[in-house]
Amino acid sequence: MSTQETHEASDQLMIELKEMNKWYGDFHVLKNINLQVKKGERIVICGPSGSGKSTMIRCINRLEEHQKGDIIVNGMELTNDLKNIETIRKDVGMVFQHFNLFPHLTVLENCCLAPIWVRKEPRKQAEAAAMKYLERVKIPEQALKFPGQLSGGQQQRVAIARSLCMNPDVMLFDEPTSALDPEMIKEVLDVMIELADEGGMTMLCVTHEMGFAKTVADRVIFMDAGQIIEENEPHEFFNNPQHERTQLFLSQIIQH
Amino acid sequence: MKYDLEPTLPAPPSTTGVLGWLKRNLFSNATNSIATLIIGYFLVTLLGPALQWTFIDSDWFGDSPAACTSGGACWAFITYRMDQFMYGFYPDTEYWRINTTFLIFAVAIVWLVVDKTPYKGYVSVFVLFIYPIIAFYLLYGGSFGLEVVETHKWGGLSLTLVLAVIGIVAAMPFGILLALGRRSNMPIVKSFSVIYIEFWRGIPLITVLFMASVMLPLFVPEEITFDKLLRALIGIILFQSAYMAEVIRGGLQAIPKGQYEAADALGLGYWKSMSLIILPQALKLMIPGIVNTFIALFKDTSLVLIIGLFDILAIVQAANSDSAWLGFSTEGYIFVAFVFWVFCFGMSRYSQNLEKRLQTGHNTR
Repeated sequence: MSTQETHEASDQLMIELKEMNKWYGDFHVLKNINLQVKKGERIVICGPSGSGKSTMIRCINRLEEHQKGDIIVNGMELTNDLKNIETIRKDVGMVFQHFNLFPHLTVLENCCLAPIWVRKEPRKQAEAAAMKYLERVKIPEQALKFPGQLSGGQQQRVAIARSLCMNPDVMLFDEPTSALDPEMIKEVLDVMIELADEGGMTMLCVTHEMGFAKTVADRVIFMDAGQIIEENEPHEFFNNPQHERTQLFLSQIIQH
Repeated sequence: MKYDLEPTLPAPPSTTGVLGWLKRNLFSNATNSIATLIIGYFLVTLLGPALQWTFIDSDWFGDSPAACTSGGACWAFITYRMDQFMYGFYPDTEYWRINTTFLIFAVAIVWLVVDKTPYKGYVSVFVLFIYPIIAFYLLYGGSFGLEVVETHKWGGLSLTLVLAVIGIVAAMPFGILLALGRRSNMPIVKSFSVIYIEFWRGIPLITVLFMASVMLPLFVPEEITFDKLLRALIGIILFQSAYMAEVIRGGLQAIPKGQYEAADALGLGYWKSMSLIILPQALKLMIPGIVNTFIALFKDTSLVLIIGLFDILAIVQAANSDSAWLGFSTEGYIFVAFVFWVFCFGMSRYSQNLEKRLQTGHNTR
């Protein structure tokens, strides 16, 4: 499956977090986060729950506001300006743990909505593009159904297609398989692996699927208590973890 | 060990005919049987005379109380004055104007309500933007060779419908804006919405109507005169939009946070994500509450009688005191109740139908 050998990330920086800090009230969730992601790079973020990994990637498209430090996406600094936020969101796709499909719209309408209303594409063209992406996630036959009629795995694949329809430069995955029944995890991971293998897409994925991390990640980042504790390429990360906390985390995962 | 698949069987028959249904539901045990008999007894003793009075011993037509000789209901009282109950004091040569107005409205509404009619978008635009102008010139006149009919001549069911339709159509968008305002992050917008809603919800509609008709003229210069109907309408709209806002806010709060986040993440701005994602779901969720408010508004329009507008209730009350027709107020009130009930029941049925139609599979919520 892996194309790590053939894949090359360019040197151009896609995402840069500089000294980023975030508080929820008095609670310091993210502490001095420094992270550089190159264009086309595929990053897996793991760590115990409550370590701030979801919060960190949610800051990148401003679903959460950071209070200190800089976030630069595709050369553009994320500020409070609404126009600026919307521009960055057009370039950054996101897949959520609970899919968050729009239940009142069909699968096809879910996919076409943003291209039509945000990018002002003609409906015909948007629908054709959406069908192309639905074929890529292998559910073109469900296009006219409503999300409530699909299984969890199918819904998550629709959610991936919906994000891809905006042709984003970056895809953020926020625990995409955590809410799925075990037998549906594979179909979603397969789609994600395929997407990674095609190359070109910058991917940041918060996940507990260590197999996925080993297969596709260029780099694994381990977070705990709001900090990045360790980052390394997957082979080193899993076989030779440096930090005590990382070793503990990995030993706990592998035991089960 | 090998497992064979069990065959798929049809469900057991759920009923065993009428007798079986009766036995299970009405006579399943002693208590149930006694309750059934007692309720049955009251139904027969009450319903019989009621039907007798309403239909069998009733007189339907005539131009004086003398026509009512059968001892039951004297519907002649209603039929004799039907024109007045429908059109108020509108000049009878101009009735066609009211008829045309409501005919166009009825056709447009049926068009919108019935499934699978084409051009729904154009018809909605017509109803919301062009029709009000046509309706105004038809009902009020003053142009296109139609003589002016002052609003104090309007009355009866047509006035009730004018108040209710305009009230409902205008309170809805104001209610939506107020509900969004109350959930806004902008402090001024938010506090304005909160103060507005809490103010209007805190006072009775009667007070609002009194203030609109009695007090407002005291505060504005004498040369500026607002039409009394217009003042009542503004009062009703301001009042009802506060209620509507709270119903819609309930719907907005029931939408999971993930929906807002997904809309944001796709780059839809505030207004697009509200109008395309959040409101369609919130309004669908709140159909029962919204229709409840509509029905309450429809019935509340009868309060305009206290400021001297003759809606259907007021005009029937006036007819009750006609010395030639004394003693038929029962018929009058039953008639008014029936008219209100027909409209309210219609709205309620339509809302149930709408809920079913908008059902999109199993909800993931």
